[in-house]
Amino acid sequence: MEEEAFDAIIVGAGLAGCVAAYVLAKEGADVLVIERGNYAGSKNMTGGRLYAHSLEKIIPGFAKEAPVERKVTKEKVTFLTDDTGVTLDYHNGRSQTSTQESYTVLRGDFDQWLMAKAEEVGAQFITGIRVDELITKDGKVVGVNADGDELIAKAVILAEGVNPVLGEKLGMVKPKVNADAMAVGAKELIELPKEVIQDRFNLSDDEGAAWLFAGSPSNGLMGGGFIYTNQTTVSLGIVCGLHDIGSSDKTVPQMLEDFKNHSIIKPLLEGGKLLEYSGHVVPEAGLNMVPKLVDDGVLITGDAAGFCLNIGYTVRGMDLAIASGEAAAKAVLTARANKDFSAQGLSSYQTLLEDSFVMKDLKLYKNLPAFMETPRIFNEYPKMVADIMQSMFTVDGSESQPLRKTLMKHCKEVGYMNLIKDGIKGVTAI
Amino acid sequence: MTETVNVDVKLGVNKFHVDEGHPHIILKDNPNMTEYRKLVNACPAGLYKLEEDGSIRFDSAGCLECGTCKFLCGDTILEKWEYPRGTFGIEYRYG
Ligand SMILES: Cc1cc2nc3c(=O)[nH]c(=O)nc-3n(C[C@H](O)[C@H](O)[C@H](O)COP(=O)(O)OP(=O)(O)OC[C@H]3O[C@@H](n4cnc5c(N)ncnc54)[C@H](O)[C@@H]3O)c2cc1C
Ligand code: SF4
Repeated sequence: MEEEAFDAIIVGAGLAGCVAAYVLAKEGADVLVIERGNYAGSKNMTGGRLYAHSLEKIIPGFAKEAPVERKVTKEKVTFLTDDTGVTLDYHNGRSQTSTQESYTVLRGDFDQWLMAKAEEVGAQFITGIRVDELITKDGKVVGVNADGDELIAKAVILAEGVNPVLGEKLGMVKPKVNADAMAVGAKELIELPKEVIQDRFNLSDDEGAAWLFAGSPSNGLMGGGFIYTNQTTVSLGIVCGLHDIGSSDKTVPQMLEDFKNHSIIKPLLEGGKLLEYSGHVVPEAGLNMVPKLVDDGVLITGDAAGFCLNIGYTVRGMDLAIASGEAAAKAVLTARANKDFSAQGLSSYQTLLEDSFVMKDLKLYKNLPAFMETPRIFNEYPKMVADIMQSMFTVDGSESQPLRKTLMKHCKEVGYMNLIKDGIKGVTAI
Repeated sequence: MTETVNVDVKLGVNKFHVDEGHPHIILKDNPNMTEYRKLVNACPAGLYKLEEDGSIRFDSAGCLECGTCKFLCGDTILEKWEYPRGTFGIEYRYG
């Protein structure tokens, strides 16, 4: 039996799984990826922005051959109320190194490309098969049960995404994750002619925009809205924290619809055609939800391990999935060299993560999730900046007020103490 | 405020392979209504429906497999939550 065992079986062909397969196969390990969808990426969605650094280190120059959509050069952040918007606009015309760049992506194409790269270097890949159970022997994971077949491996890498059914069954991930730790995202992919996208978003040929919205998109709950421009489509979506969803007077699909019809957004999408509607959960609790990462014969990686950062109004999980997939693969390679696949033999996974940006960034933003739950950030502050702007730009013949006085008036509405408190909390959380 | 959204129309553009006769999510017979209402709000596919007469209606066929209902309400309303069998369910062509 041992002779025929794979060095590793990987559950899930998302970014974490595909990268782990690539790194293992490249070093000659015998690896099998099992994906329940009909192709890599067929179950996966994301907002849209991939920070290149972690994949660039594994496949240098990947963006030249990968199906990336546009390189992000324009950043916008808008504070939105139902009928106003205050926007910060940043154009980056400076040259960037390849590890500083970021790209908009669509996962259907991107994940398939990444899986093909892993197959090129020798990884085996089966699709349309759901792994139902892990096989354990004397408390050690020794393989998987998929569609009635038993497949044996020296190590199993769980790259099953944000809903780690198998990790829960093993007891490595706490089964009833607190809803506070989760947000839900919904997205529309809207088709528009290339020139129209470039005109409306002020972009040249391969340039892209990343545009984040705080305030009304998530109906005042923790979350926000986003727009990412692709070649001939626009990704438009919202993310909304789940812990107060019961008291919301709007459903999540309604939030997205109202966001899409906001007077700032609507003209940008005029004439567009809906190509796809998608939804997905985002792990939001950062370091507070990271599970047991290694056990005898098994490792957990990517979203399944909670490696996702909610920094303000944006979500970052793809570069973490890639880096943690790589770390899991390296730990399996070490275990293979030492012929020890026990928790101890695989423990370099933990060390590799501790030494990488994954754990460092998770630690840095450790207190941010709690800070983000301050409701003022998502309803009162966007209104405050809008009111300040309105006072500045409205001339109607009534007596003008000195700017200082105007500012004070609007800050007073939120409460100075709150502003100071949130300011301090915000800074210390970061 | 815009018009009430019709999520079914949006789901209509998606590609689904429905596993007829094998629903992957099954509700309990008498689900807790406070919990159920959370899902009326949270399910991105709008599958947890509340009729005018107060009755509930749910069909897992348009499920996006996001997991929200499992995380949010778990066994307070769910008899079963699993991923559809391999090859079935939502198939994102773009993602
Ligand atoms: C709305 C939204 C916006 C986001 N925006 C961004 C962004 O702009 N930038 C960013 O970096 N991150 C973003 N993220 C986060 C990012 O998408 C995730 O962190 C990332 O996709 C995680 O990758 P993964 O490989 O861990 O998991 P996934 O991509 O979820 O892959 C898991 C795979 O496992 C498979 N699988 C699961 N169970 C089984 C089983 N039992 N048998 C076989 N196969 C199985 C699934 O089918 C799937 O293919 C966003 C997320 C959401 C929801
Ligand atoms: S998994 Fe998501 S889309 Fe499916 S029923 Fe539950 S909440 Fe709705």
